[in-house]
Amino acid sequence: MILTVDDQPAYVYTGARDFEPQRDPIVFVHGGGLDHTVWLLQSRYFAHHGHGVLALDLPAHGKSAGEPIGSIEQMADWTIRLMDAAGVDSATLIGHSMGALVVHELAARYPQRVRRAVLIAVTVPMPVGEALLSAARADSHDAFDMINIWGHGARAGVGGNQAPGMWMMGCGVRLLERSAPGVLYSDLNACDAYRNGLESTGRIACPVTVILGREDRMSPVKAARPMLESLPDARVTVLEDCGHMIMAERPGELLDILIDALGAAR
Amino acid sequence: MASPSYHRFDTLSLHAGQQPDAATGARATPIYQTTSFVFRDSDTAAALFNAERAGHVYSRISNPTNAVLEERISALEGGVGAICTASGQAAMHLAIATILDCGSHIVSSRSLYGGSHNLLAYTMPRFGIETTFVDPRDPDAFKKAIRPETKLLFGEILGNPGLEVLNVDAVAEVAHQAGLPLLVDSTFATPYLCRPFDHGADLVFHSATKFLGGHGVAIGGLLVDSGQFDWEASGRFPTLTEPYPGFHNMDFVEEYGPAAFIMRARKEGARDFGACMSPTTAFHILQGIETLPLRMQRHMDNTRKVVAFLDSNDAVEWVTYPELPSHPDHALARVLLPRGCGAVFSFGLKGGRPAGRRFIEQVRIFSHLANVGDAKSLVIHPASTTHHRMDAAALRAAGIDEGTIRLSVGLEDADDLLADLEQAIKASQRVAASESSR
Repeated sequence: MILTVDDQPAYVYTGARDFEPQRDPIVFVHGGGLDHTVWLLQSRYFAHHGHGVLALDLPAHGKSAGEPIGSIEQMADWTIRLMDAAGVDSATLIGHSMGALVVHELAARYPQRVRRAVLIAVTVPMPVGEALLSAARADSHDAFDMINIWGHGARAGVGGNQAPGMWMMGCGVRLLERSAPGVLYSDLNACDAYRNGLESTGRIACPVTVILGREDRMSPVKAARPMLESLPDARVTVLEDCGHMIMAERPGELLDILIDALGAAR
Repeated sequence: MASPSYHRFDTLSLHAGQQPDAATGARATPIYQTTSFVFRDSDTAAALFNAERAGHVYSRISNPTNAVLEERISALEGGVGAICTASGQAAMHLAIATILDCGSHIVSSRSLYGGSHNLLAYTMPRFGIETTFVDPRDPDAFKKAIRPETKLLFGEILGNPGLEVLNVDAVAEVAHQAGLPLLVDSTFATPYLCRPFDHGADLVFHSATKFLGGHGVAIGGLLVDSGQFDWEASGRFPTLTEPYPGFHNMDFVEEYGPAAFIMRARKEGARDFGACMSPTTAFHILQGIETLPLRMQRHMDNTRKVVAFLDSNDAVEWVTYPELPSHPDHALARVLLPRGCGAVFSFGLKGGRPAGRRFIEQVRIFSHLANVGDAKSLVIHPASTTHHRMDAAALRAAGIDEGTIRLSVGLEDADDLLADLEQAIKASQRVAASESSR
């Protein structure tokens, strides 16, 4: 489905069903350099289990037009305008990595618009190493490889995908390769610049679920502690043998956690 | 943080796609010899059928043993995913059937395995798919043969029987300029010798029966998707970019992005055409791939010795092998196939058909049969077997002469192979001398 946000076409995947905003809506927000396809299984499931689903493509990602948005705060504002365009008053928001920062900030800024927040593979703040930033700034393929290798747990580097016949490392790098020049750097820079994010954490009022990977080298569990300490009521799950790319690495377990989280929110 | 690196080829050959079995701890890949899989509950069953959960339903569509093999070949080729098929021919058909329709057209190299030529020249036309065959050494010929209805360019990385080396980079560029994908049969090379995706190919298939298995005990095929081709930008592939009524109106590019092709091939082709691989066969192929790097290196070492021996033998008129400076594609082969040009090649024996027949009957280590890529050395004399009904003129038109011998060099001790060839050549020349004195 194509919406218009800021006079630009904005694509949302609706889980292979027509979107109906009154069906307990869920908004999925992807991570840096990625797009809506990372949410395929989860978005299809919830679209066929009583929810209206919007798996968005941020500007300049996937099928959405425009220039990349340069800050997490502006991405949160843009997501609200997308919800407006879709006729969504409030929703469950689920974000991964950079998308989790967007959901985190949105929940702090617009508490009345968020029924529940699910933050996947996230730390607040989320500093990005200079080696990765530098490679992304140069639009070097090394940046894709760094994210792909550091982003997957050791298990995923060998394989054993729950999706039959699919090679996770190949899928990961091909998706990143589809991002237009400059987009990944803009995204990583936005993550890195969200240094005062913990100030927002304290303003989050909705129920929060946090899902982390024990082997996540991009958002290490240890680095998530300051955020978790500010979210004492959050439901936290740490998946063993799992890295940063939780939707690809552990899709079945992730879906079970999401089903449980959304059930608890009702 | 240290520089990141992916696992390397030899490691992936042994491990890619497999974790120790969760239920038993089995280190080897178990053979999941089952048709079907018990659902956790009815909601999970519905979710599996509707692509809301990942997993196995029925072994025609997917199977855990096959999935290990599919991941492994994807990792070795550098693709996003793969599908096991009943044979190499089934893999080729699955590639075609996934993106072509009645009225579509293919531009193909004319130097093909006979089975592939039959499929394109005689069988697919019955279903409305035509093919134009062109010189594999001429990328411009591919370009000139492209029509508005063309959907696919195709070639073998090492052609048959002349071992013409397909200039994958150049032909891929021609294909992509026209918004078309390039499909490559990489059976003779295996990913150890060349990874066509690194040179721009979009789809690769293998007869896994050959070097990947290496043991000659199982027939199988593998179709691999690079995930690199932009089906939507091309605008020529509605099976991937428009809703498919056969699967909940799924738009494969919208839903799977880079994996659109291989997902359509599974959800439609594996389901409807049904040319699936047995899990036991997948296990056998996996055993072969575990030693692929070691075997291919030995194949190359032995082949080079055999080529050198034949090239210097007075009873041999010619040897066609791209590593020889005399081969027209020698320079290209050094770039595309730096580790070697495979273990299958042909040579011409003096004395014509009688000498060839005697040679075949005289070899003791080489096995006379219609296969290649076995751990054991193989031989065939086309003029007295596969092409025995052809006269000399027809053979020449097919790129074969009456003395042509095709070898598939195996893993035996090279000195034993040379001794076997030497005694068989001597015997063949005695027949040739006897024939000429009549």
